[in-house]
Amino acid sequence: MRQVAIYGKGGIGKSTTTQNTVAALVEMGKHVMVVGCDPKADSTRLLLHGLNQKTVLDTLRDEGEDIDLEDIMRDGYGGTKCVESGGPEPGVGCAGRGIITSINMLESLGAYTEDLNYVFYDVLGDVVCGGFAMPIREGKAQEIYIVASGEMMALYAANNISKGIRKYALTGGVRLGGIICNSRNVDNELDLLTAFARELGSQLIHFVPRDNMVQRAEINKKTVIDFDPSQPQADEYRTLARNMDNNDMFIIPEPMTQERLEEMLMTHGILD
Amino acid sequence: MLEHTPKEIKERKGGMINPAKTCQPIGAMYAALGIHKCLPHSHGSQGCCSYHRMHLTRHFRDPIMASTSSFTEGACVFGGGANLKTAIKNVFAIYDPDVMAIHTTCLTETIGDDIPSYLGSAEIPDGKIVIHANTPSYAGSHVTGFANMTKGMVTYLAEATTDTNKEQVNIIPGFVNPGDMREIKRLTKSMGINFIMFPDTSGVVDSPMTGKFEMFPRGGAKVEDIRDTGNSKLTIALGSFASTDAAIQLERKCKVPAKTLKTPIGIKATDEFLMALRAAFISEIPYELEEERGQLVDIMTDTHYHFHGQRVAVFGDPDVVIGLTEFILSLGMVPVHVLTGTPGAAFEKEIKAMLLEAGLKANVKANGDLFELQQWIKNEPVDLLLGNTYGKYISRAEDIPFVRVGFPVLDRSVHSYMPIVGYQGAMRLVEMISNALLDRADRDAADEDFELVM
Repeated sequence: MRQVAIYGKGGIGKSTTTQNTVAALVEMGKHVMVVGCDPKADSTRLLLHGLNQKTVLDTLRDEGEDIDLEDIMRDGYGGTKCVESGGPEPGVGCAGRGIITSINMLESLGAYTEDLNYVFYDVLGDVVCGGFAMPIREGKAQEIYIVASGEMMALYAANNISKGIRKYALTGGVRLGGIICNSRNVDNELDLLTAFARELGSQLIHFVPRDNMVQRAEINKKTVIDFDPSQPQADEYRTLARNMDNNDMFIIPEPMTQERLEEMLMTHGILD
Repeated sequence: MLEHTPKEIKERKGGMINPAKTCQPIGAMYAALGIHKCLPHSHGSQGCCSYHRMHLTRHFRDPIMASTSSFTEGACVFGGGANLKTAIKNVFAIYDPDVMAIHTTCLTETIGDDIPSYLGSAEIPDGKIVIHANTPSYAGSHVTGFANMTKGMVTYLAEATTDTNKEQVNIIPGFVNPGDMREIKRLTKSMGINFIMFPDTSGVVDSPMTGKFEMFPRGGAKVEDIRDTGNSKLTIALGSFASTDAAIQLERKCKVPAKTLKTPIGIKATDEFLMALRAAFISEIPYELEEERGQLVDIMTDTHYHFHGQRVAVFGDPDVVIGLTEFILSLGMVPVHVLTGTPGAAFEKEIKAMLLEAGLKANVKANGDLFELQQWIKNEPVDLLLGNTYGKYISRAEDIPFVRVGFPVLDRSVHSYMPIVGYQGAMRLVEMISNALLDRADRDAADEDFELVM
């Protein structure tokens, strides 16, 4: 079982990319579980064809600690297992603690079955406390992919996340598997992202071009492969899934200083 | 047990070894017990509340009542609002106190529970009062918690309702035993001055055995009196660490002038306390107190040769240690190491000023720990250790006479009934200290030096 955590700046397209890639993996015959680790609980919407998932924490709140796995896990597209950890309402309580609670509960309920090939953790934008690092702590996710684009803030966030990964990588087994570019049509984006990934000591695992097809599928509450498997964009996700499946480059990232990051943007970025 | 503490002092970047303090809620809980018919409430998990009750029970040897929000995993993820509201309902329905004094814990502080907004939507029965204080233990110490809850009493309760100030003084006694609070009240009463003491734990944590269990014993400051503090002519805060915040809050809220004095331990600080009262209320020091003072001076003179030049290490809560240090200087003793676990540069400043005046130098530290104190003692040995029960390990390892003063004292009894403040308290300190020194002299004396008269 490969456990994969997806991180990246808020709004970069982590959930969309994850679900589209998962759909491609399922198409390849893989058994996959997706664990949404975002209090907004929108990480499995496309696989479940809508936000019809009761979160682990809502279930915990309504039904107490005596929970069955069926209460919190739904089958989505192609038999994917979908779980949303959920969280408190904004401004109250502790969402980080919520993620710890959810993942512990999944373990104790036996959600991690032998037949799973992949578990994906879709984590909210910024790792703001220990709770949001839960998927990469204690040997849970071994590989991380960071979703980024050619925009300055996305790269800044990706570099920051690398610092978090490095911290846990030095004491545990977690490694960076690569950078996924979710293109924003920024000038020189491919060059910039390739250089950025190389600077971290990693690779650009795939460049996902921008295509409105993704949004169209999203409005229909579906992944692209589910919505129209013949679309060229569906092939892009298939390639990303294949690259991930065949990936053998797992490294401890070397995050950049702010100066170096800015220097790189000057060299490869929009300025030339 | 502490034989392996190294003599060589290495600078430590972080961490405490054998801390000389405990956490804020203990102080908040103790302060809350100083309100009549008040149930302290710990907003957090059950373990916090149990530990704090147990620690206080061990010191006072009286049952300490308190309730808890009993956090579960869910409460800490979703916030403790629901638990607190249920707690308020249950506490008033089942235990029926007049006041519920909520303090927070590290858990509820970290998840950011906002107590005032919870209280705004809680159902509090008519005529009942709920007050609160924020007490994160990762800041300050139990003394800070005491100060925060005492300040909370002012914030929630004190009111200025009369046009002219009443001829009465507010006395905030600080984190001291009920025996001390009784003594401070006796001194004030014998001056013929009306006063309001808050918090006042006498009659609560030293209540008599009557054969009948009372959840809320007779003692404690009454709510209407704490309200009335806003009309007083003066507030005297005894001990800057435990009491100044509340006094300043009272000054800000009700324009009652605040005066901070030392905890009246020893002759000098007691003089200052009585003179401050005399100055503000134009009342004479009664003969009764003059007599006590004269007795103390007589005793200090009689026993001076026991004390002169003896080297002392003092540790404990800042207000108490400041008072003790001043008194042992009056006795002719030499403070060599002075340490508190409570953070605060003001402590070091105040002790150093006293030492400067006496022409002495010493190791002085706030936010220190007992490991360091023992290292100091290894390098510069002392003849006496003064402090709370936790000092007994150092006393044993270094073979030093030890006098238990302050909080907590967990291995001796009766101390909480007896004062260390005022002239009588000073006499008691002289007795305890000289007994310890003379017991040691007897123990160590060769047969030919073993004296009948000392």
